[in-house]
Amino acid sequence: MNLKRFFAKGSIHLLIVIYIIFLLFPLVWVVSSSLKSTPEIYSGTPAILPQQITFEHYISVIEGQQVFRTMWNSLIVGIISTILVLLIAVPSAYAMVRYKSIVNTGILGWILVSQIFPVILVMIPLYVLLRYIGLTDSLVGLTLIYVVWSLPFVLWMMHGYVKSIPIELEEAAVIDGATRTEVIFKVIMPLLLPAIGASALFSFISAWNEFFFAFVLMKSPTLATLQVELARYTGMEGQARTGPLAAASVIATVPSVILFIFMRKWLTAGLVSGALKG
Amino acid sequence: MNLFKKKRYTIYSKKEIGQIQLLFPVILLVSVFSILPLLRGIYLGFTDYRLGDPISFNGLDNYVQLFNDEYFWNSFKIGMIWTLVVTALQVSLGLGLALLLNNKIKFIAFYTVLILIPWATPPIIRGILWRQMYEPNTGAVNILLNDFGLINTPINWLTNFEYVIPAVIVAGVWGEISKAAIFLLAGLQTISNDLYEASKIDGAGLWAQFWHITLPVLKPVLAAIISLTFMWNFNTFGIIWVLTQGGPGGMTRLPMLAAYEEGFRYGYIGYAAAIGNVMVIILSVILFMYIRVQLRERKES
Repeated sequence: MNLKRFFAKGSIHLLIVIYIIFLLFPLVWVVSSSLKSTPEIYSGTPAILPQQITFEHYISVIEGQQVFRTMWNSLIVGIISTILVLLIAVPSAYAMVRYKSIVNTGILGWILVSQIFPVILVMIPLYVLLRYIGLTDSLVGLTLIYVVWSLPFVLWMMHGYVKSIPIELEEAAVIDGATRTEVIFKVIMPLLLPAIGASALFSFISAWNEFFFAFVLMKSPTLATLQVELARYTGMEGQARTGPLAAASVIATVPSVILFIFMRKWLTAGLVSGALKG
Repeated sequence: MNLFKKKRYTIYSKKEIGQIQLLFPVILLVSVFSILPLLRGIYLGFTDYRLGDPISFNGLDNYVQLFNDEYFWNSFKIGMIWTLVVTALQVSLGLGLALLLNNKIKFIAFYTVLILIPWATPPIIRGILWRQMYEPNTGAVNILLNDFGLINTPINWLTNFEYVIPAVIVAGVWGEISKAAIFLLAGLQTISNDLYEASKIDGAGLWAQFWHITLPVLKPVLAAIISLTFMWNFNTFGIIWVLTQGGPGGMTRLPMLAAYEEGFRYGYIGYAAAIGNVMVIILSVILFMYIRVQLRERKES
């Protein structure tokens, strides 16, 4: 639907800008708080933009080290779980598309059905199981959970992508004398790269942003993830000061936002063709 | 084509790596860490299990207790209000934004990047952002309301019984509009322009186009997004945990918070699993009814 026919371009811009003000204001406010001096934050009439920019809160966060230690934990868990998810999902998706069997229907059906179960119902027995094998409060246990957590969606996504590759391409390569390994690495993989990129970003961001599992599993402060650490600052124990908390929040959000903007290309890949038509 | 079909069998001869070997990791992981735990979780909902104690089956005791548990009903009620209001606002505001973004105007790519940012913000950070916005003395909400002369004394949004629910709903909707908008935009862009061109010749106005073309074509996407966001919102935990921890006085204690507290704070694992089971049943019933209405409408049209 083209609103341009009914409204002036200016009013469309205006409405979008109103949305953007609402969507960005809280972020602008917190970035601004992170750059204000403590007296200015508590002055009673702080302005939207800082009167004088100071990096004292960022410095205190960095010197505190705890935020960086937990950020490192999040990074490690995110990267390793992403690699494992891809190693499992890519060949599986290929196998599911190219060999038809009842197992496929089972797996795809399960991916859909499992959406309806609340996390708590999975978390309780998983917690009991992980405690039994000694993997609560362990980054290994958390990594394992994240692999299982993002696997269904990545598998679903990869399945769709592999399906879109015509089998004739593989057959042509085989007729030209390519071996099976060559077909997979020289024909299929290059075509799947964008999908693999999107899946990698998705699974990293899910791990980086995840809170509940980490919150239940990770009890030692040194093993906490960034999200758990930041949530702790707002809880009963620590009424953290506004400035440093704002700075830490900005630090925690930046990687996720950057990766999201990269992922946008793939998120909206389908949109581009649509836009050309309009 | 038939020639290739014959060829296909030779490419995938039994000698090569078979499907089961490739699928083995998925099957193993999914069954050990997803299917079995879920079945186990459902079972635990019928026991009086506490961590470390032996498990004993207690039939429907948990559910009888839940039925008489005022805290649970409260939490269920607030869960429903939260889920319905957040889902409705998120989808309608998202649809509005998607319709705006679906125009070929300048800066559209730039706007889209800005709009993605709240979606990319982790739920915990969303909570922190809004806590700082609602801070009674230093937060932007009170300062702005005061500047516009709407309030004289600062309001403590997150501890006030009257304001806390609207306050957490605004924060919840804020982070989810972008997601709905981007998905719906993808749906909007599959609608062929020819339909609009044809309706233009027939002299259809804005409302007629929206009602007779956009909405019917978008319906499957819309239905999918409504069902998914409904489930996600019903399972919200992180943002509320940071904003209010369920307070004041349990006013914002969503079902997930209730289950977490029963299971992991007080150690009533069986009872927490029972809450989880009730949540599954409620969600299934609502989704089933919703899908049935959808299917019936599709048949009629």
